[in-house]
Amino acid sequence: MLKIGEQVFQSRLLLGTGKYPSFEIQKEAVDVSGAEILTFAVRRMNIFEESQPNFLEQLDLTKYKLLPNTAGAKTAEEAVRIARLAKASGLCDMIKVEVIGCQKSLLPDPVETLKASEMLLEERFIVLPYTSDDVVLARRLEDLGVHAIMPGASPIGSGRGIINPLNLQLIIEQSRVPVIVDAGIGSPKDAAHAMELGADGVLLNTAVSGAKDPVKMASAMKLAIEAGRLGFEAGRISEKNYGVASSPLTGMVTS
Amino acid sequence: MTVMLNGKEVQIPDHIGSVQDLLTYYELHNRIVVVEVNAEIVLKEHYTSLGLSQGDRIEMIHFVGGG
Repeated sequence: MLKIGEQVFQSRLLLGTGKYPSFEIQKEAVDVSGAEILTFAVRRMNIFEESQPNFLEQLDLTKYKLLPNTAGAKTAEEAVRIARLAKASGLCDMIKVEVIGCQKSLLPDPVETLKASEMLLEERFIVLPYTSDDVVLARRLEDLGVHAIMPGASPIGSGRGIINPLNLQLIIEQSRVPVIVDAGIGSPKDAAHAMELGADGVLLNTAVSGAKDPVKMASAMKLAIEAGRLGFEAGRISEKNYGVASSPLTGMVTS
Repeated sequence: MTVMLNGKEVQIPDHIGSVQDLLTYYELHNRIVVVEVNAEIVLKEHYTSLGLSQGDRIEMIHFVGGG
């Protein structure tokens, strides 16, 4: 069970809705993923072109919580403007604060992210900042009162998995709010890894939408996240440098 | 009347007097859309009462796929 603010979710997978090969595949992938929280971006409508179908308008909004992002913002002020627009739809009160500080690596701008989070908390948003995996920054965000911390595993869309598991572990250990590993997940192994470290959830998009079979990958991610969580709760054995036999060392048949 | 709509200068017929009229004109009245006029968000309950003026900067925003 994942609790963000006052909202409770059964699924620990948060799914992005960008870049699927088709609407049909996207619908099926969302369905099999079991995700209850879906992310969206906020953009101008293409008023002057022929109307394109809109994924959100085809969703049963009673089944999903929307998590709009502030992607495209380079400053705190831009992020706040996008967040206000999203909230004005009347469809959501959560916001993924995403302020990119480097257009090449797409890494977040920590200073603007912190500023935007503070401003949005004052406006009573449910604030989920996408941050770098810096331990002190995560604490500073938590001190502001954000509702979840979303450190990146590696750069957005890079599929490189968890670059710094130690930092992630330290963030998870110190946090009293949910930690959702966001960005950089490439395979089910990465998602399971995040969950085994004790993350409360995983947010991913490209790993599913860009897979050869997005529907199958959505299912794989669901299982990986469940397996990783169970493994974390079960408590893994410690690592050792030498072999420790699993069979009895007495009563050997050999002479 | 000429307005800036989503960054583009457009000529709209004179009978369009409100945000609601504009949404209907572009067949967007049944869509999920958020409207900003001169950088201020317009609440749905003000769609019919808020008049439009020459030179207004209007943004029509929606949700698209994203991560």
